[in-house]
Amino acid sequence: MNVADKKRLLREMLFARRFEERCYEAYVERKIGGFLHLYSGEEACAFGVLEAAKPGHDYVVTSYRDHVHAIKAGADPRKVMAELYARETGSSKGRGGSMHIFDVEHRFMGGYALVGGPFPLAAGMAKAVKMKGGDEIVVCFLGDAANNQGTFHESLNMAKLWDLPVLYVCENNLYGIGTRIDRSTAVIDQYKRVSGYNIPSAQEDGQDVEKVYQAAQKAVKHVRSGKGPYFLELMTYRYRGHSMSDSNAYRSKTEERMWSRRDPVIMLRDRLIEAGEITRDDYKNMDTEILDEIENEVIAFAESSPEPRVEELEKYILAENDPWVYGGGR
Amino acid sequence: MAEIMYWEALRRAHDEEMANDPLVIVMGEDIGVAGGTYKATQGLFDKYGPERVIDTPISENGYTGLGIGASFLGVRPIIEIMSVNFAWLAMDQLFNSAAKVRYMSGGQLQAPVVVRSAGGTAHQLGAQHSARMEKVFMGIAGLRVVTPSNPRQAYGLLKSAVRCNDPVYINEHELMYNLKGEVPDEEYFHPLVGSEVAREGSDVSLFGYNISVHWCLQAAETLSKQFGIEAEVIDLYALSPIDRAGIVSSVRKTHRAVVVEEAEAPVGVGAEVIAIINEECFFELDTAPQRVSAVNVPIPYNHTLEKAAIPNAGDVVERVRRMFGK
Ligand SMILES: Cc1ncc(C[n+]2csc(CCOP(=O)(O)OP(=O)(O)O)c2C)c(N)n1
Ligand SMILES: [Mg+2]
Repeated sequence: MNVADKKRLLREMLFARRFEERCYEAYVERKIGGFLHLYSGEEACAFGVLEAAKPGHDYVVTSYRDHVHAIKAGADPRKVMAELYARETGSSKGRGGSMHIFDVEHRFMGGYALVGGPFPLAAGMAKAVKMKGGDEIVVCFLGDAANNQGTFHESLNMAKLWDLPVLYVCENNLYGIGTRIDRSTAVIDQYKRVSGYNIPSAQEDGQDVEKVYQAAQKAVKHVRSGKGPYFLELMTYRYRGHSMSDSNAYRSKTEERMWSRRDPVIMLRDRLIEAGEITRDDYKNMDTEILDEIENEVIAFAESSPEPRVEELEKYILAENDPWVYGGGR
Repeated sequence: MAEIMYWEALRRAHDEEMANDPLVIVMGEDIGVAGGTYKATQGLFDKYGPERVIDTPISENGYTGLGIGASFLGVRPIIEIMSVNFAWLAMDQLFNSAAKVRYMSGGQLQAPVVVRSAGGTAHQLGAQHSARMEKVFMGIAGLRVVTPSNPRQAYGLLKSAVRCNDPVYINEHELMYNLKGEVPDEEYFHPLVGSEVAREGSDVSLFGYNISVHWCLQAAETLSKQFGIEAEVIDLYALSPIDRAGIVSSVRKTHRAVVVEEAEAPVGVGAEVIAIINEECFFELDTAPQRVSAVNVPIPYNHTLEKAAIPNAGDVVERVRRMFGK
C-alpha cells in the first residue's frame, strides 16, 4: 500500500467513524428508529478486506452491522443515512432500515438480520459466479457468534465441496450481544473451526488496517484463483454497545480501555504522522471537513427527503406485471 | 394429448426448462445420480451434468439458502426438498431471505427460486413424515404457493414457476406421483394465480386443492347419483395469492360452501377460504360454510388410526348431506 492509499484510507475510515457517531446522535434525537448497530472500533476489518478486493466488482454481503461495509462497497452515504431516516430516497427506499442496506448497483448484496443467514446466500452467489464464469468473488462478513449457527457449518461444507469463490471474513469482536465468546463457544480461535472442512484460514489483528489488508490480499488471491473458499478471522472490538438498546454493562472498563488504545483510525493516523506524511493539523482539517460533509450533505439530504407514500405500502412484495404469473400470456 | 404420470409431467417440465435456459439448475438430496426419490429428475444428471443437477448434502436450510443466493444473480434453481417435514428446516431461508428480499431491498433484489416438496399423509409413515404444511407457507408475504392436483397442473405450474421472478413454493403429495392424467403435447404454462372449476354444479361449492380435489370429485359423483345434489368442485391450485374472485363467484352461484383440506383445521386453508366468503359474500349464503379437515393429531402409525385422522370422500358426502338435511 503506498502513502497516497494510506492517506485515502485514513480519510475513509475517519469518515466511517464520524458517520456512525452521527447515527448515534440521530438515534438519541429519535430521528432513527428500530435497531441500530454501530461499527465503531471495527473499521479496519471492512476497509482492509475490501481494499484488497474489488468493491463494485466483487459481491459483498453482511449482517445487520452493515452501514460501513455498504459505504466502502460504493454506496452513497447520503442514501444510507436516508435509509436510516426511513426516507423514500434511502438505499432500500425506507423499507429496509439500518439492518437492511442494499446497493445492488455496487454489488452490495445486503445486510441481513438473522444471525448466520448470509452464510449460504454468499455461497449461492459464488455458485452463480462460477456458473457464469466470471472472476468475481463473494465476500461475506459476519460476527464470531454467527459461527455457532448451523448455516455456518452447512455453508462451509458446501463451499468447499463445490470449491466456490467465497471469502468468509469473521469479525471476531469477542461478543455476541452480551455473551463473551468463551461462554458460548467451545473453540475460541474461530479460524481453527474451519479446518474440519478443509478450508484454508488465517487469524489476523483486526485493528491494524495494513495487516488486515495484507492478510486479505492473500485470501482474495486464493479465492479469485479458483482454489475455493477461504476463511479469515479478524480480532477486533466494538466500541459501542451491541445496539443502541444495549447497556454495555457486561464489559470491564479495563478491557474497554485496552481496546481503545488500539483504535484502528488513531493507529493509522499516528503511523502517518510519525512517518512525516501528515501533520496533526492535516488530520484536524480532514476531520473538520468530514464533519461538515456529514452535516451539510449527508444529514441534510436525509432530513430533506420525503417519506415513502402509504399508497405504495404493498409495492415490492411480488414482481410487478410478470407475464409468467399468468401463464406467459395476458 | 398424452396421458402421463404426475412424476413424468414434473420430469418433462424440468427437462424442458433446463434445455431452454442454461441458468436453470436443480438441487436436492438424491436428485442427481440416484434420479430423485419421486423420479421427478430422472435422467437429468446424465443429460446436464453435476454443475446443474446437484446432489446436495442433507442441509435443507443451507442448500435452500444457497439456491436463494444463486437466484439473486439470475440463476433459476429448482430445489427439491424430499418431504415437507424436512422443509421445516428450510423455513428460515425461504421466509426470511427469499420472501422478504425484494421488499426489504426496496425492489433491488429478487429471489426467483422454486422449492418443490412432497407433503401429505401417505401409508403409515408416522408422525414425522406425514405433515401437511401448505397452511404455513401460504401465510408468508412475498412467497407464491401453488399445489397441483393433476399431471397437467404439475407440468404447467412448474414451468411457470421457473420463469416467474418470485419465489414459488410447490406443494406436491407423496401419494400422487403415480397419478395419471392428460398433459398437452405442446409446451404449456399454467397460471400461478386463479382457480379451476373441476366440475360444474349448482347446489353447493366444494373447495379442494391438491389431493382433496379428488375427494371432492368423488363425493360430487356420489352426491349427484344418490342424492340428486349437484356439487361444483373448485380446484384451488393457487393458495397464495389465493383466488378471492373465483371463490366468491362460485358461492354466488351455489350459496353453499364446504372446504375440504387434508390438513388440520386450525389456521388452515378452510379457515382462510371461509373468512374470504364471510368478508365478500356473507349474505349470499343459505347456510353456514363448513370445513372437512383432518383431526388435529400427530399422524399415528397404526393404519386404522391414521385413516381416522384424515378425511376422505365419504366424509365430504356426509357433510353435504347433513347440510341439505338428507
Ligand atoms: C437467528 C437469530 N438469533 C438471534 C438473534 C439476536 N441477535 C442479534 S445479533 C446477535 C449476536 C450476534 O453476534 P455476532 O455474530 O458475534 O455479531 P456482532 O453483533 O458481534 O457483530 C444476536 C444473538 C438474531 N438476530 N438472529
Ligand atoms: Mg461478535
